[in-house]
Order: sequence, then C-alpha cells, then structure tokens
Amino acid sequence: MPKLKSLDDLKSLKQKALHDLTIRQQTTTRITVGMGTCGIAAGARETMHSILQELDKRGIEAQVATVGCIGMCSKEPLVDIEQAGRPRITYANMHPDMIPRLIEEHLVKGGVVEDWVFGRVPLAGIGTEGQQQA
Amino acid sequence: MRELALHILDVVENAIEADAQQVDLAVTEDLVSDLLTISVRDDGRGMNAAMLAQVRDPFFTTRTTRHVGLGIPLFAAAAARCAGDLTIESTPGQGTRVTATFQHSHIDQAPLGDMPQTLMCILMRGAHLDLHYIHRVISGSCAGEHLFEFDTREIKQELGDVPLSYPDVREWLSEFIAQGEQLLKET
Repeated sequence: MPKLKSLDDLKSLKQKALHDLTIRQQTTTRITVGMGTCGIAAGARETMHSILQELDKRGIEAQVATVGCIGMCSKEPLVDIEQAGRPRITYANMHPDMIPRLIEEHLVKGGVVEDWVFGRVPLAGIGTEGQQQA
Repeated sequence: MRELALHILDVVENAIEADAQQVDLAVTEDLVSDLLTISVRDDGRGMNAAMLAQVRDPFFTTRTTRHVGLGIPLFAAAAARCAGDLTIESTPGQGTRVTATFQHSHIDQAPLGDMPQTLMCILMRGAHLDLHYIHRVISGSCAGEHLFEFDTREIKQELGDVPLSYPDVREWLSEFIAQGEQLLKET
C-alpha cells in the first residue's frame, strides 16, 4: 500500500517553495478560466484540470485562476492568457484536448494560436489597436 | 449537468462571488436511509428575503453580463428529479447555506462525479478562501461510517506564506484528495 499523504509532507515542501518563491514572486503569466454556470456546463472544470496538468508536465510557472461568467456563454470554456509585454488574448471554446497545443504555441513558443482567438486586448488597452497600426 | 460535483462547484462559485472567506462543504452518503445530502455553507454577504424568493427563478441573476441565472434552478431540478429537495437559508451579512437532498439509489441521480477536480478548482480560486470539506459514507455493514475530511486552514498553517497554487503544493493537494476519495470509494 502506498504511503498515505500527511500534513508533514508539507513541511519539507515549504522549505523548497519559500526559496523558489522569492525568485518567482513576480510571475508574469496569468491564465484565467471562465467558471460560471455556463463555463462549468461547457466543461471548464476539465479544461482547468488539463491546463494544470500540462503546466506541471512542462514545468511552466503560471498563475491559474478562475472567474465568473463574462457574458459570452456560447463561447465557453473561455481561457484568457495575460503575459507581461504581450497583448492579452482570450481563446474561445477551449476543450481539454486543445490545451497541449495552446500551451506549446502560446507559452512555450511565444506565439498566438490564431485559429482559436476570440478577443484580444492590445498592450496599451482596449480601443487602441487601430491607433497603434495607424 | 452530468455530475453532482459540477453543481457543487457552481454553488461554491456563487459563495465566492458573495465574498465568502470560509466555505463548509459536506457530502453525506447515507446508504442506510438511502439519502445523499450535499450542504454548502458560506460566510458571504448573504441574501435578504426578497432576493431569496427570486433565486430559483432562472431569469434572475445578480450578474450584469447576462440575463439568466441557471445555477440554482438546475441544482434544484436535479434534486427534485431524484425525490429530493433544495433548500436555501440565508441571512444578510452572515452567509448562506444551500442544502440539496437526493434519494441515493434513484435511477435519475447523476453520479457524484469527479470530486477531486471540483475541489482543486475551488482551492485554486484564491488565497483568501478557506474550505472545510467533509465527505461521509454511512453504510449498514459492521464498518459503519467512513469519512474523508480536510481543512485548508490546517494546510495553510503548515505552509505559512507558500500559496496553495504553488506547483509542488498543488500536486500534493491533488494526490492527497484523490487518495482520500479513492479510499472512501473502496469502502
């Protein structure tokens, strides 16, 4: 029988984590998953699970958070990625099997998966995209 | 919804939206009296009588992003389908308790589903939320009652400043919960 998890395990984890955290305090990647009733019904929980698994598998440090409905229920599950120095991108209809490609192309290679983009907020903020191009 | 665990996640999301700091989640599977009870209690801002009367209406929501609110109506329908009921008690400023009951053996009862995934979603929600979770199984056999229980306050005490979302902690939590639920299932 495998050794059961106990709270004591956490003590050793803590030592390591505190050391790492001082370096990683300003993590610059934030992934947000829509977790309203609409998101949950569309499978957002599984999408979230898949994101966490993929990040762990690749050893990528990112903050993963959930948020309520943003009003585009038919586009759920919605996944939003913010990174310092890059436009904020919202991806629509993100199912668990799409996550490995998303993480690979967006986070690892630093691109944008244009096929799945639903919305984007340019660096300077909403409504400035046209001006930037002009 | 395909799983009761998804309804649970939905109700807890409501609690979080209501600025809850502490959520008590209890799942009780009483096989002796054939009753499944899910109870979610939070210390959020609560609701007054007028709002409480409206929450079962699918066209009522506090959101400004859409005009329907299906979370509670769907949960109530799931319970009603299984000879059960959904009750909501709430006091403004003190919090809300949502209790759903189901006939455990009812043919229309959705499976409890993936509780570890639901719990992980809740735990990743934010540093300021504390969750006390207890899952009880009461069986008629000599073994009687089995349970899996944890409280994030105890976990956070061990961790100090390290957040639950820290990758190694996340992994530990996810295995800890999966193990606990699995043991309960085996009994």
